[in-house]
Amino acid sequence: MIFSIASRELKTLFLSPLAWSILAVLQFILAYLFLTQIETFTAFQARLANIDNAPGLTDIIVLPLFGNASIILLLVTPMLTMRLVSEERRNKTLSLLLSAPLSGTEIILGKFFGILAMLMLIVMMVSVMPLSLLIGAELDLGKFACNVLALSLLVAAFAALGLYMSCVASHPTIAAIASFGLLLLLWILDWTTGLNGQQSEILQYISLLKHFQSIQSGLLNTVDVCYFLLFTSTFLILSIRRLEHDRLQK
Amino acid sequence: MSTLLIEAKNLSRYYDKHCAVNDVSFSLSQGEVLGFLGPNGAGKTTTMQMLCGNLAPSSGQISINGYDLLDQPKQAKQCLGYLPDTPPLYKDLTVNEFLQYCAKLHRLPFREIDNAVNTAKARCGLNDVAERLIVNLSKGYQQRIGIAQAILHNPEIIILDEPTVGLDPIQIREIRSLIKELGTDHGVILSTHILPEVQASCSHVQIINQGKLIFKETIDGLNQRMNTATIKVVTRKPIDLNMFSAISSICSIEEIAITRYLVHHHDHNNPTEQIAEIIVNAGWGIQELTPIKKSMEDIFISLTTEQATSSAAEA
Repeated sequence: MIFSIASRELKTLFLSPLAWSILAVLQFILAYLFLTQIETFTAFQARLANIDNAPGLTDIIVLPLFGNASIILLLVTPMLTMRLVSEERRNKTLSLLLSAPLSGTEIILGKFFGILAMLMLIVMMVSVMPLSLLIGAELDLGKFACNVLALSLLVAAFAALGLYMSCVASHPTIAAIASFGLLLLLWILDWTTGLNGQQSEILQYISLLKHFQSIQSGLLNTVDVCYFLLFTSTFLILSIRRLEHDRLQK
Repeated sequence: MSTLLIEAKNLSRYYDKHCAVNDVSFSLSQGEVLGFLGPNGAGKTTTMQMLCGNLAPSSGQISINGYDLLDQPKQAKQCLGYLPDTPPLYKDLTVNEFLQYCAKLHRLPFREIDNAVNTAKARCGLNDVAERLIVNLSKGYQQRIGIAQAILHNPEIIILDEPTVGLDPIQIREIRSLIKELGTDHGVILSTHILPEVQASCSHVQIINQGKLIFKETIDGLNQRMNTATIKVVTRKPIDLNMFSAISSICSIEEIAITRYLVHHHDHNNPTEQIAEIIVNAGWGIQELTPIKKSMEDIFISLTTEQATSSAAEA
């Protein structure tokens, strides 16, 4: 049942030009960034060879690529998630799901996995680029896998938050702005430094960026993985609650 | 034969302090077509939404085909087909794709999906447009897709919220006969504010006004009510109403102006002749004696205003 909803969600995305244009634009920008990283690497290659413990190909190309991809996805995900529930509510198609023999959990999870499939496609397309380097060079595949995992966990978190905002907001645009704002806030939260130059532990802990970078560096820590899983499930549960709330009030 | 399909007890629904539905109870059995009648804003749609689980009632209980809507929502909703006031259509799908998706949502087994979709399409006359995008279809076709979606999984109960809105007269006739046909082996609830529609397709009638159920009858009972006819009498001089008490078939006389009267009487025994005789003999100067055929509208208006005046009197 979740699969039916998810597949329709994905199909609808590709019926409109939205998904195609997002994929195209994203791929173009990331390919450009990828190429400039390669350019940098070839320029510094000779000098790097003389340094002990110098950063390798993976550090110079994969890390910045996935870092940039994460920021671009922060902008893009709200656009994908904004329509999920709020547009159905606006078009009154939500009652089709509500009067069908489905639980709120199934509806929300279906929508979540539909959008996650789309985002995974993007992650896959980002990953293919560094993999092409394998033809003529060696990659630190462990670190590369960590990067893919980090980005996957991150987009799942983005999607869950976007979905919740779409449940709350009455208009898709509001959902997009709200989720973008909240994501950006969570992203930059650890930039704030206190007067004495010391950073707030709590803010650092909440920040998405901190955990993302931690996994990205190749250090697969349970804390970071759990952070993303908790983040995602919290917003999914909130979305389910919100959908139930629709029935009670209005 | 009369299995109780819907049992709604003491339903109430408040939006903040505004009471949209107030203590409504009713039931629906198999083979019944229940017409839900009321002016705009009477609480029809709210009641329907509550029946379909789209809206939780503030108080009261709904059981659908024996399942409580609150305790076993999935089983209860499995027996329901619902067409809301705006047909819930994904406009970027084709008719076939949309109906197949609906079939999956209702957990139809994979093998039966094609069959169910074809049957629903045939019943609603959608075969010619099956491959077209819903967004390009006219309002009438969209309404039919909405109905097809509601009957697709062959539910025991079909709830249609204003199903003939936006249809042309021929389509309306088709839909009415479809509803009648569905009514033979399903339970159907139909909401409308068009009175002849109820007469054409329903077996039972309920009238709701300002959230309260004010009338509950079979269609025969309603027709019986309509058999009391009215004569409008206009005279030159005021008449003495007591003179008419001798005529047994007169139910009541209403004075609408000084020399204008409405005489309500039983249909089977027309008192026109006697009335004319009395007026002429008394020399009141008869000027007009017109039979008024009481329509559904009259019943409707008299019932709704009756309530308004009585509640005004209470206040």
